[in-house]
This record gives sequence, structure tokens and C-alpha cells, in this order.
Amino acid sequence: MNPLLVAEGLSKFYGARIGCRDVRFALEPGEVLAIVGESGSGKTTLLNLLSGQLAPDSGAVRYRLRDGRTKNLLDLSEAERRLLARTDWGFVHQDARNGLRMGVSAGGNIGERLMGVGDRHYGRIRENAMAWLGRVEIDTGRIDDKPTQFSGGMRQRLQIARNLVTHPRLVFMDEPTGGLDVSVQARLLDLIRGLVADLGLAVVLVTHDLAVARLLSHRILVMKDGHVIEAGLTDRVLDDPQEAYTQLLVSSVLAA
Amino acid sequence: MSRTAENYRGYNFAYLDEQTKRMIRRAILKAIAIPGYQVPFASREMPMPYGWGTGGVQVTAAILGPSDVLKVIDQGADDTTNAVSIRQFFEKTAGVETTTETGKASVIQTRHRIPEAKLQANQVLVYQVPIPEPLRFLEPRETETRTLHALAEYGLMHVRLYEDIAQHGHIAKTYAYPVLVADRYVMDPSPIPKFDNPKMHESAALQLFGAGREKRIYAVPPHTKVVSLDFEDHPFEATKFEQPCALCGAKDSYLDEVITDDRGGRMFVCSDTHHCETRRCEGHLGPLGMPVTEAAE
Amino acid sequence: MNPVLQVSGLSKAFHLHLHGGTRLPVVEGVDFVVHQGECVVLGGPSGAGKSSILKAIYGNYLASSGAIILDDGEAPVDVVTASPGAIIALRRHMMGYVSQFLRVIPRVPAIEIVAEAARASGFSPDEAGGRAGRLLAHLNLPERLWNLPPATFSGGEQQRVNIARGFAGDHRFLILDEPTASLDAANREAVIALIAERKAVGTAFLGIFHDAEVRERVADRTIDVTRFSPVREIAA
Ligand SMILES: Nc1ncnc2c1ncn2[C@@H]1O[C@H](COP(=O)(O)OP(=O)(O)OP(=O)(O)O)[C@@H](O)[C@H]1O
Ligand SMILES: [Mg+2]
Ligand SMILES: [Zn+2]
Repeated sequence: MNPLLVAEGLSKFYGARIGCRDVRFALEPGEVLAIVGESGSGKTTLLNLLSGQLAPDSGAVRYRLRDGRTKNLLDLSEAERRLLARTDWGFVHQDARNGLRMGVSAGGNIGERLMGVGDRHYGRIRENAMAWLGRVEIDTGRIDDKPTQFSGGMRQRLQIARNLVTHPRLVFMDEPTGGLDVSVQARLLDLIRGLVADLGLAVVLVTHDLAVARLLSHRILVMKDGHVIEAGLTDRVLDDPQEAYTQLLVSSVLAA
Repeated sequence: MSRTAENYRGYNFAYLDEQTKRMIRRAILKAIAIPGYQVPFASREMPMPYGWGTGGVQVTAAILGPSDVLKVIDQGADDTTNAVSIRQFFEKTAGVETTTETGKASVIQTRHRIPEAKLQANQVLVYQVPIPEPLRFLEPRETETRTLHALAEYGLMHVRLYEDIAQHGHIAKTYAYPVLVADRYVMDPSPIPKFDNPKMHESAALQLFGAGREKRIYAVPPHTKVVSLDFEDHPFEATKFEQPCALCGAKDSYLDEVITDDRGGRMFVCSDTHHCETRRCEGHLGPLGMPVTEAAE
Repeated sequence: MNPVLQVSGLSKAFHLHLHGGTRLPVVEGVDFVVHQGECVVLGGPSGAGKSSILKAIYGNYLASSGAIILDDGEAPVDVVTASPGAIIALRRHMMGYVSQFLRVIPRVPAIEIVAEAARASGFSPDEAGGRAGRLLAHLNLPERLWNLPPATFSGGEQQRVNIARGFAGDHRFLILDEPTASLDAANREAVIALIAERKAVGTAFLGIFHDAEVRERVADRTIDVTRFSPVREIAA
């Protein structure tokens, strides 16, 4: 096994409050890990720690770079970390406005990462943007429209295209289907499922929706009060939860 | 500005006190050391409103010596209200010699143009800058634009050009066209026409940029690489004019459209008034030009 | 040759934390093996723990104790202690599972559900597509339904998609939990034929069949799971 990302005893405190404590796991390439738990349980804190946007009070995140070296994220310079974030990683936010440039056309949104890594050929950038629009099922005729003119579901799909254009190996998703209509959600989940499988993406997915976790993830971490209280194979955790809190979570939803 | 010389009596040479000038000079030195990098400075109130070139005026005041010869242009012309009042300001506060001749000036303060005549090693061009940050329109957060510069993350700049091509079929930006300085910092050259961009490249003169309201100074030292951003398949092109200057017949200068009468008559003439005059004195004549003796009465 | 599956000392109990922490023992001391090319059937009354045993073997339930050794001919794995990654790998290459009902994935057409399972176990996209078509045809699913998502299918139609998916891979061990319960006689025949065909090439089966006739025809051995009933603390 050669993990892509390893969390080693990650802890983060906000004053006396626990953001998250002693979280450890290894993420394999192509693996989808769901982090579930009620709001305030530390999911987003953990996501920010994993993506190096927040420094842990103790512990480390080790990431295997494309060149094969494994590095502690804390040892990367700001420039290296940001380069990693816009090439080898993706971020899909619940609110597309945090993940898109709302004043820039769909094509510009997708092209930004390419231009960010030095692509200086307009025609090629545009071709690439077209291909990705098609891939996320947005009419290519909308390439010059701004996301302000898009529906919620389209914005999420655009966000995904914008991230995947550099072929990242790891994508962080924070409630990617939150706030969408059920039918729109289903279509988006389906798209994500397909892309993740086709591209062999590793994903860290934060969600409180157990149905989303079941559909997308291989493995689940259940968080409560900043701790991982249960972890394991997704269907095992959902069908045979061991901890009282997990049993409560599972029993509170209808047929996840 | 209708102040008389008396109004300025009691002020220091070139208006600013020596402390302030030292502070500005330090900022200038730092700017020269890091070509294209925006150096913050403690911009002072000047006896003219922001938007009248207070950034450029402060830079000029800080570098001016008694033996300097000053030229001030506004959109290429020496005789606009703005140019005249700044010129008078320094005549009164510094008593320096002023000129309209590009070749004679040691310091040229400009708004929106670079003179047509090639600048020389002993000259300094001081630009008045309204908005120094080229990334501002795409990224409103100052902390973020600073980081983008620090890390040379300039993808965003090309997003802007991409949007232009997507919308207009070509890069529609015709002034304040962004450049990459010394292969490192992306810089806003102030609202000069993109026609002037190539003149910045490897210029023998020192180029200083002052933004008063935004409190920034930046510089392009002599003989520095200045490249206009573009795409391989949409290369940068300086504006070309279909007709020559109506007055002097110049085919390679930047032209302004001038309305000649109230029946919609118009003509295109050099925006650099000194350049046009010089050419006419040398005997060049455009289709609507008159010999210079008559024109200059 | 080693058995494909070797279960020893397996027990399973549920702790119902939300119900006063009740401990519900289901099975204890489960011991049996399944060899290549044989079909072993678990028998016993409803609630005896048959499905729980299957789920524990598949890694879907966490065994309380014991060992579940799966041998793919290279490196035997104990499901009870295996990492999630190891179990996912086992499911991909070695063991398949056909449940009683299809868990519908929204929007994905029937044929794609089956083909995806084939691809997951290593078939090329072309091979996977061909395999999916043959299986659905064999199970008499009308071709007009192939490109529709099964959400609106009848119970029996959904179940045939489910069976096709289970058989789409090239697993050497298949777990079947009442796959024929919602099928008519003709389709039961098709499933029986499918099992026989796979047994002939060495696939091992462990299943539950309530229908006595089907059980007779596919089972090489039947294990009565009441043998593994825990000693209940409270007599009923
Ligand atoms: N996830 C679970 N959580 C709690 N109890 C469970 C769970 N799954 C099964 N049980 C209990 O375990 C016992 C055995 O159930 P199981 O489904 O294994 O029986 P079965 O032999 O398959 O029955 P049937 O023939 O009716 O399908 C039952 O009492 C059941 O209620
Ligand atoms: Mg059962
Ligand atoms: Zn002219």
C-alpha cells in the first residue's frame, strides 16, 4: 500500500474548544473517504487541516507528490502548497460562489487553472473548456455565459469541471450536494460517481447526508465532538454501526 | 490653480519637506531594486486633488534637483490645464527650468502617454497612476492580490484576456494593458495606450510610477525587459492607424481624433504635440497641415 | 487444495445502544468450509441468523469474534481483521454478493449497472458491455428495458438486474441471499442454470434459498444454522 495522504494524530483546538482531536487515517489513491457527523462535529476543521489551509496544533498531514516524494504539508512553502492546491487537488464547495468566479464566463472559470500553470494558447484552453463542459453535462453553447446565469446544479457541475481540468489526484468536497433539489442532487451524485471512477480520483468528502456517503464513498469516518468515534467500510458502518452515536445517526434517517 | 509664487514662499524646495522626500526616495530606490513591484509609501496631501496626479507629483518632487529641466504632459500635450498647472507648480516651488521639448527634459511627468521621441539614459519618466493594481478588477481582496504577486500566480491576468477574446474575438483592452516586468511582476503601466507598451521595453530612461490615492510607487529601471501579456494564438499587437497624422504626416505616432467644426468634421493628429510640432518645423506636412510659420502665429 | 472459504469460531451479536444497550446474540461457534465448484446452502428458520452470517462473510457486518478466511489461491485474507481497503479489493476480485433486493442507483440504466460491475472486476469496457447484454438476455429481461434505470421496474425485473450484476464479474466465490425469492418459475430456471454453469468452471457458492425445489437442485450441502444458535440467557 502506498497511501496518497496520511493524517497523523491531527489535533486542532479553538481555545478550550476542540476542533478535532487525534485524527489518523491513510487515504489510498482512488479511494473515496466520507467524513460524517452532525454540524459542529469537526468535519470542516478536519477538511481544512487535511488541505493545509489550517495548521494543526499537533500531528501532521503527509502527502505523496506527483514526483513520488512524500512531504509534510507544513514543510511546504506557501507557493508549493498553493501550486499543489491548484494542480493536484480540487475543492468543491457547498456554495458554488466560494468555488467559482461569478464575474467570469464558464469557459474562463474552467480555463483559469490551465492558464495558472502556464497554458498560453487560447484555442487550446477553449477546446479543453468545451470538452469539460460536455463532460459535466453543460451545454457547450453556454461557454461564454457567467455562472450567475446558471442554476444551482449547473454551478456545482461547473465547479467540478473547473477543478478537474488539471487532472488532480485528490479532491476535497464539502457538502457538494447540499442545498440542491433532490432530483438535481441525484443527477449530480451520479456525475460525481462516474467521474471519480473514470478518473481514479481520491476524494475526501464531508457530508451529513448518509445517502450521499453511501453512494459515493468506500470508507466512512464518523465524527463527534472532534473525535473519530467510528471508522470503516461504508456499508459496514451504515448497516452494522457499532457506536451508540453512529446507531443514532443511522436510525435518524430513512433508509440511507 | 491660480496661486502666485508668494503662496509658496516658506515652503521647502519642490514643496515637500526633506523628511518626506527621503521617505519617498527610499520607496523609489526599493521600487527600482524590485522592478514592477508596488512599494507602499506614505502618500502626502498635495495642494491639488487626487486624480490630478498627486502620486506623480510627489515622485517628481522627491527626485527633482535645481539643475533639472522639467517637462509635463497630459495625454501627450504640454498645454492642457493639468499639464500647465503642474508645470507652474514646480516652477514656483522649485524654480526649475521647464520645457516642452522632450529631448531637453531631464524629468518628464506624464499622464496617459509616453513621448514619441526615444528617451535617453539621462532622462526619468514619471507616470501618474490612478489604479496601480492590475489584478484589482478580478480579485478585490488586497491580501489576496499581494499573495498572487508574491507567488507570481498570474493565471488570473490571462483569464481577463481570455474573457476579452471570448467576448470580442480579440483582446479588446487598448490602454492600461498589463505587462510582465523583468520576467517577474505583472504591472499596470497606467492608462497609457497599448500603442506605447513597446516603448517601455528596454528603455534607456528610468521609468517611475506614482499612485497618490493608492499610496504605491513602482519602477522600471533602464534596460529592463517589459513584455505585454498575450496568447500564442492571439499575440499582442500595438494599435496601428490607417491614416497618417493630418498635420505632420507621421505614420508611426499615436493619433488623437480631433473635432474640427460643428458639422461633424474631424481629423486625426499626433497626440504628442511636441513631436508633431517638431516634425512640422522639419518640413513634414500632412494632408491638412499648414507650413509651421503660419500655424504657429 | 485449500477451501475457498473457511469460517471458524465465528460469532455475531448486536449491541442495541438505542434500546438500553441490549446485547442481541445471533450466532455462535460458526464453523464450515466451502470448496471450489460447490454450492453450500444455509438453512434454518427465519431469524436464525443466515443472512447475518452471509453479511459477516462479505464484510458488511462486523463479526464479534472468530475468523473468516477467504483464499484466492494466492494470499488468504481474514475478513474479520482485514482493512476496508483489503475488503474492497476482495469484493472486486474474489467475492460477489447478490442480495434480495436491488439497491437502485438513480439514473443509471440497467445495462450500465451490470456492465459497471463487470468493469470493476477487471473486464474491458467492450467485454463488460457484451457480458452485461448476455446476462440480461439469459435472465429474460426485455431488451427495451436495458437502457432504462431500474427504479420503475417490477420487483422481479429489478431482481434480475441485481442477479446479472452479481454474476457480471469473474468472482470465484459468490454469496446469494434469496436471489430467486421474487422470481417466477421460468426465471428461477434461468438462475439455476446460471449457477450450474458457474459451478462447472469452479465458482464456489454460499447461499440462502427458501424455495425447496431450487435448494434441492443447486445445493451440494446444506448447513442448518440452528446448530450455531447462541445459548440464550433468557428463555422465551
Ligand atoms: N443490522 C442489524 N442490527 C440489529 N439487529 C440485526 C441486524 N441485522 C439482523 N439483526 C437481527 O439478527 C437476527 C438474525 O437476522 P438475520 O437477518 O440474519 O436472519 P435470517 O436467518 O436471515 O432470517 P430470514 O430467513 O427471515 O431472512 C434477527 O433477530 C435480526 O433482527
Ligand atoms: Mg435473511
Ligand atoms: Zn503629427
